[in-house]
Amino acid sequence: MKRFAWTQPTSLASAAAFAETTVADAMVALRPDTHAGHGAVLQAGGIDNLDLMKEELLQPNLVISLRAIPGLDKIEKQEASWRIGAGTTLMAVAGHPAVQARFPALATCLNQSGSPQIRAVATLGGNLLQRPRCWYFRSIAFDCLRKGGGHCFAILGENAYHAVFDNEVCAIVHPSSVATVLVALGASVELTGPNGATRRLLLEDFLVRPKQNVRRENDLQPREILTAILLPNPSASVRMAYLRLGEKQAFDWPLVDAAVILELDASSVCRQGVICLGAVAPTPYRPRAAEATLAGKVIDVPTARSAARTALDGAMPLAHNEFKLPLIETVLRRAILRAANPV
Amino acid sequence: MTGDPGKRGERLPFGIMGAGLATIERRIPNEEPPPLPPNPDLRVIGRNVPRQNGREKVTGAIRYTGDIALQGMLHARILRSTVPSARVLNVDLEAALCHLGVRAAITLAHPGNRVTEYVRYVGMPIAALAAVSPEAAAEALALIRIDMQKLPFVTDMDGAQTASAPHVFAPDVAPNGHPSGFPAPADLPLRGNVRGPTVERRGDVGYGFSTADVIVEGKYRTHVQTHCCMETHGIVADWRDDGLTVYISTQFTAGIRRELADAFGLRLAQVRVIVDGMGGGFGSKSTLGRYGWIAVALSREAHAPVRLILSRAEEQVDSGNRPETSQQLKIGARRDGTLTAIALSSCGSAGVGLGAGVGDMASSLYTCPNFESTHTDVFVNAGPGCAMRAPGNVPGAFSLEQSIDELAEQLGFDPLALRDRIDPSPVRREERRIGALRFDWHRKRRRTGAPGPIKRGVGVAQSHWGAYVQLDSACEVRLMRDGSVEVLSGVQDIGTGITTVLAQTVAEVFGLEARDIVVRIGDTDFPAGPPSYGSRTTASITPPARTAAWHVLQALFRAAGPLLGTMPAKLVARDGFIMAGHDPAKRLRFSDVCADLRTDSISAIASRQDDYGGFGRQYGNAATAQRDLGGVQFAEVTVDTETGVIFVERVLAVHDCGRPMNPLQIESQVHGGVLMGLSFALFEHRVLDPRTGHVLNPNLEAYKFAGARDAPAIEVIVLQNYQASSATDAYGIAEPSIIPTAPAIANAVYNATGVRLRTTPMTPAVVLSALGRRPKAEASS
Ligand SMILES: Cc1cc2nc3c(=O)[nH]c(=O)nc-3n(C[C@H](O)[C@H](O)[C@H](O)COP(=O)(O)OP(=O)(O)OC[C@H]3O[C@@H](n4cnc5c(N)ncnc54)[C@H](O)[C@@H]3O)c2cc1C
Ligand code: SF4
Repeated sequence: MKRFAWTQPTSLASAAAFAETTVADAMVALRPDTHAGHGAVLQAGGIDNLDLMKEELLQPNLVISLRAIPGLDKIEKQEASWRIGAGTTLMAVAGHPAVQARFPALATCLNQSGSPQIRAVATLGGNLLQRPRCWYFRSIAFDCLRKGGGHCFAILGENAYHAVFDNEVCAIVHPSSVATVLVALGASVELTGPNGATRRLLLEDFLVRPKQNVRRENDLQPREILTAILLPNPSASVRMAYLRLGEKQAFDWPLVDAAVILELDASSVCRQGVICLGAVAPTPYRPRAAEATLAGKVIDVPTARSAARTALDGAMPLAHNEFKLPLIETVLRRAILRAANPV
Repeated sequence: MTGDPGKRGERLPFGIMGAGLATIERRIPNEEPPPLPPNPDLRVIGRNVPRQNGREKVTGAIRYTGDIALQGMLHARILRSTVPSARVLNVDLEAALCHLGVRAAITLAHPGNRVTEYVRYVGMPIAALAAVSPEAAAEALALIRIDMQKLPFVTDMDGAQTASAPHVFAPDVAPNGHPSGFPAPADLPLRGNVRGPTVERRGDVGYGFSTADVIVEGKYRTHVQTHCCMETHGIVADWRDDGLTVYISTQFTAGIRRELADAFGLRLAQVRVIVDGMGGGFGSKSTLGRYGWIAVALSREAHAPVRLILSRAEEQVDSGNRPETSQQLKIGARRDGTLTAIALSSCGSAGVGLGAGVGDMASSLYTCPNFESTHTDVFVNAGPGCAMRAPGNVPGAFSLEQSIDELAEQLGFDPLALRDRIDPSPVRREERRIGALRFDWHRKRRRTGAPGPIKRGVGVAQSHWGAYVQLDSACEVRLMRDGSVEVLSGVQDIGTGITTVLAQTVAEVFGLEARDIVVRIGDTDFPAGPPSYGSRTTASITPPARTAAWHVLQALFRAAGPLLGTMPAKLVARDGFIMAGHDPAKRLRFSDVCADLRTDSISAIASRQDDYGGFGRQYGNAATAQRDLGGVQFAEVTVDTETGVIFVERVLAVHDCGRPMNPLQIESQVHGGVLMGLSFALFEHRVLDPRTGHVLNPNLEAYKFAGARDAPAIEVIVLQNYQASSATDAYGIAEPSIIPTAPAIANAVYNATGVRLRTTPMTPAVVLSALGRRPKAEASS
């Protein structure tokens, strides 16, 4: 790890003023031949930042800790939504009674992400903004597209853990399993600039696909701070489930995960279904055709099966990740059934 | 040699406790202590004594090599190759040496030298330096300039065997024989990258197969597993004019001393090797290693202590690994189960190293008159393998024990019944019997398949490993005037708990408690200890410890005799007292007797004698006992046939290790073996990028191994299997306990699904493909 300076401002305004670059930009600026420290970057729990710094993929001059800024870790009810401060730890979010009662799929997902040690430190904001796990990306030896280099090593390389959708340019899977649920829940992000001005947009729109820009996973701008995640209040008729499948039972990343939100009417007919798949594409992936098959149906095994099959439409597996397709089918089918019939 | 005047006759316990324990007459050397009765008659040995340094480990107080900080200590870094194959044309240290913090730099690749001018894998050391701080070392490392000519390379074992494959070594510079760990025979032919074959033959397999009623045949593939020691390799080397002291995380202090003396032209007396806390070795810390040599060379150059601790990435890439293997195994049997022939053809790759054999499972576990094996080692451009916990027999068991299961099914035998027929070992027979009862094997096997995607199954597999002994193992016991007792030996505690077992052994002799004994080990200033590999530590060092203690006790008795008015020969030491026979009135406190010693301390040194009944085989300083070490493991798994996820719910491990010295620690060893075997079976896979030769998962996140949630319920049963072989009659357990786990799991998966998995790791991708679950047709449109 390279030497860096450290600051812990106590206001959003000063943190934003320091934050002259994003981690994504700083990593692109760090060309293999320069090896010079670059930029000032924000840090919340530091789980991901420190990993990148230890590998010397990120060599900031200044690290700006967000941990002393008051109020970033509040969870509060607003008119039509819940507002979760971006600095809230994964553990605190998962343990919040309102989250457990209203967004059980989110609590389930959080409780299965990383390990207790990680969840006690990692923040919701940092989780959404963490960088991908592609092993070429994570190795200083590979100057790949996403780091500003010339090509993608994974598409023709070792890609068992890579994307099966939207994988023509860069085949990362989005690293945040939490985002899988949040996108399904229609969450928005609140971003605050240096002058205190905020902008709000759907998380789904905030996340960036490789075809839009291969060097970043989201639209975070320099001098901008992610201050909150807003979750629309679900109506009483909403059912939800989150299911993940990994090689190991814990401390591992999902091979596939799925969040399913169903709005059921009084006679258990599905008015609307939202599906979001994780670990299959560079951004949380919504198979809209599959969602459409749920509307107007009673959710039973055949409906779930047919929606899950439809979700595979358009999949383009790479040389080593074809096995993900039956996994997607199974995980999604089970998630739909679990949402409809909670255990 | 009944007439040998240096020996006397004694009757020793012999056989399995609870299954016909008897005694046997042995001639034992006169200087050996009287026979030790079976465990139930002992007070400290055979008891669950908690680990002596457990508290220090948990609180962080114990000192690992990385905690050593010497005055003026420098920090070393190694510059490693980023290409898998190249000829080094020039190494320029000039700029690095000009860095203000640098005190020494050395070149490891020497242009112009046919052997060392090549780099042959990503991660191979090219140069190294020592500087005043880790940061300075890192900065200076970036200043070293290397010119090289890249060469073609090959990283996959199959590709390396083709005619067009680039050669990893020119024939005259290829490694020949294996310097450490599992030996590879020397002087075998080398064609391209393929070295061998080694052939082993007995009887006539052609005839054997012609008389078989049933033949099973299968191809098995196991992938590279890395050691993943919690503590990475580390050394602090302190070169002085009057000698060299080295602190190193090692499995063999005495061996390192010898290597250092040889490598640096020193006398043994000038070299001291020390290890205190050790965070695992599993075979990878058996020798000095390249990094160890580098640290000492830098210390000599800089005239200052040098610290070199490998990073996790260096550890994963260049500190050894369990080689990958490919095995074709064919077994023939008659209808009654008798084996008629076994033919094994295997190849393996230890990267740029040798020793990728598949052990002696197929040749030795079962009775079979006709056997033939051929093995070749294949060089690829990858970091060298080395011995890893039960080298050879882990992949060897994976193929053999699955094939035997397959055979049992074809013959209509229960897997245990077939083994009863073909396994000559009475010990494993008893282990199967006890295990089947505890596991409820027969009822579980009969269970019919459940509806739904989750299938449940049970499987069994067996272990076979030599009971190794190191002959040059010595121990000193000292008794002080205040009654304190010290045990001194160069033997190291690599985490297995020998510290505690030595304390128990000596406490038993003196009638004290284990906690009364101070154990000082891991230092070559003490009598030379055995290596802690080959599961030989306890078998090698506890007999001399008991013998030395016994000699000290005799000296103490000579002092106590007059005090108690009794013949010394009538005295016994028990419960902190020296007493005359069993007369409670005639006794003195142990410490009071010691206070009367003429000198401040008395001491004795003893070394390992031959096994009383003789060895099975002896090679140099090492030997194996007449009987092998057994072990039988039962596994219960669930398999989600829609996701391919295998979950191991329960493992029952029934093992033997002679006299169990400390069942609690044995249980801990077996847990480690089972977990490592499970992890090998289900998760572990070093991934090499075929296009660049880089290890893509050189960390403990992308390199997957079992965690707490993946652990099954593990039950351990340990037999008391008395062999009448030494002053303690103890043998090892570390390696036998990993051997059967993977095939037991694979057999259980077969029982659950009807599909045989012949590849490790058995990941969801592998399981789904074996189950024939292809993606849906519409997916590819
Ligand atoms: C072994 C392992 C397993 C894991 N498994 C999972 C898993 O299953 N699912 C999952 O989702 N995650 C998993 N993680 C990832 C982990 O959850 C994330 O690394 C963590 O949540 C990051 O949060 P942090 O607060 O530590 O972020 P930091 O490391 O502090 O920051 C991450 C990034 O976000 C930026 N940032 C942080 N907060 C803000 C803010 N408020 N405004 C602007 N920028 C900000 C930083 O600049 C940085 O770029 C795993 C991690 C490990 C090590
Ligand atoms: S998948 Fe993306 S991150 Fe990985 S190597 Fe390709 S471009 Fe880089």
